[in-house]
Amino acid sequence: MYDTSDIRKGLKVLMDGNPWTIIEFQFVKPGKGAAFTRTVFKNLLNGKTKEMNIRSGEKLEPANVDTRDMQFLYKEAGDLVFMDQSNYEQVSISAEMVGKAADLMKDNLPCTVLFFNERAIDVTLPTFVFLEVTASEPGVRGDTSGNVQKPATVETGATVGVPLFIRVGDTIKIDTRTHEYVERVAK
Amino acid sequence: MTSPGLMRGRILAIDGELAILRGERGDARVHARPGWRPGDLVEGEAVVRAFSGGDYPAPATEVARLPRRRLALLQARAVAVAALRRFFAERDFLEVETPLLVPSPGLELHLDAVAAGAGYLITSPEYQMKRLLAAGLERIYQVCKCFRAGEHGVHHAGEFTMVEWYRGFAGLDAIVRDTEELVAAVVRAVAGGPEAGPDAAPVARVAGRSIDVSPPWPRMTVRDAMRTWAGVEVIGDEPAPDLVAAVRAAGIAVADGTAWDDAFFAGFVARVDPALAALDRPVILEDWPAPLAALARRKPDDPRTALRFEAYVGGIELANAFGELTDPVEQRARFVHDQAARRERGRAVYPIDDKLIAALAEGLPPSAGIALGFDRLVMLATGAAAIDDVLAFATAEL
Repeated sequence: MYDTSDIRKGLKVLMDGNPWTIIEFQFVKPGKGAAFTRTVFKNLLNGKTKEMNIRSGEKLEPANVDTRDMQFLYKEAGDLVFMDQSNYEQVSISAEMVGKAADLMKDNLPCTVLFFNERAIDVTLPTFVFLEVTASEPGVRGDTSGNVQKPATVETGATVGVPLFIRVGDTIKIDTRTHEYVERVAK
Repeated sequence: MTSPGLMRGRILAIDGELAILRGERGDARVHARPGWRPGDLVEGEAVVRAFSGGDYPAPATEVARLPRRRLALLQARAVAVAALRRFFAERDFLEVETPLLVPSPGLELHLDAVAAGAGYLITSPEYQMKRLLAAGLERIYQVCKCFRAGEHGVHHAGEFTMVEWYRGFAGLDAIVRDTEELVAAVVRAVAGGPEAGPDAAPVARVAGRSIDVSPPWPRMTVRDAMRTWAGVEVIGDEPAPDLVAAVRAAGIAVADGTAWDDAFFAGFVARVDPALAALDRPVILEDWPAPLAALARRKPDDPRTALRFEAYVGGIELANAFGELTDPVEQRARFVHDQAARRERGRAVYPIDDKLIAALAEGLPPSAGIALGFDRLVMLATGAAAIDDVLAFATAEL
């Protein structure tokens, strides 16, 4: 069991039969009152969040979750298929559960897959991915001031905002946490 | 132009393999080279960045390096403590130092002490300072470390610095004035550069907001705050279930069987804290209901109310003050009650400080005193976002 002193970002706990991860917490102690930790949990199955005050002395049950490094193979009928390269075991997760991150996944991408009770429930991408631009309008000449961006579609189908000088065929670096363009990569 | 890692300056001193250079931007330690003598103008490899915020290279290792912002905050901290000592000296307070290692730490339901040797580290210097008051010292203050187990957050550190002061033969109003003037003086010393001018208002900074801390500060009673912001009428001697019902009626979740103080703080934390944080002036929150009296005397004309106030600046609880309880019989009864409450909740039970009770019995003059979180004051004066930022090293860095 965890107590309030174990609370940290990323701690995985079991509540109401669901796995949750802690995304925010704050220690609160009014003058002569009891201490508690204001904690924001995210449900690992559906992404919903909730805030709870955990009083000092209260316990949290660890969730039976673990992670494995796997390679993304392909999409198939709404599922994402991954392979463990050490034993060639394959698992699939519905693209819906992975959400927006699925749009940045290219075949053979190394990922970290999260398991709850031995079932794959989520995937974490590397912080940066490198993808080729497959469609984007040419930038308007002269309009290069400030932070002007235009939409570009990359090979996985995702659309990201890019600077005007980016052209079809360029490879760009994208931050998977924010889905934002970082830089153009030299070929 | 000097290359990165190099600093130019005159040698002030040489100590073995290190030399201290005085450069244009401050002093720094550099690796001494053979043949160097004090007074020489040299160029050397810096060991530690110059203290005055100079542009010298940081040490190369992660362990030795501190963010420049931290160094600036530690300088501000030193300015703050100097201003504080000046403040008390001007008012004829005697600085005292009482032991940190004691047999009986503060006995409070919600404070856990750190065990050390045969005793505990203090959670506040209160008991020993009151013995000094009883011994005849009339105006005393102390700046010391206090230790509280399990407290760590944006405004809490398990080891922190307390400023505590007492006035014999004085009431809470004198302490309110001290607090307002001390905070203004420290904020002015830290935040007000020469450009601010002597007449500029002292302005504290919290979460990017400015708070004018010029005295006098607005005052509000705890009952008014609870009524205004939480919609809860607090009486002070109502049974716990009544208060639980009142807090619930205000739309705040509290479990059945919740104790009086827990029900109170459920309402306070949910509604009063955010409201206090939104004020652009500090506030003296006074007249605490008797169940939250701690070591405060009850009002002679209103036993449901304790002579206690807390000072809030930008929502940060900066200080807690008591019109001191001087009655040894009531003091012992409160300690016994606190021990029982701790035992009931499965917490460590600390011994009663019999020497404090004996001192009260000998005669503590009517007194008032206050404990102020010095680290929080430095945060307010500098705009630092977390207590760890104003400590030389946070626990996690040790």
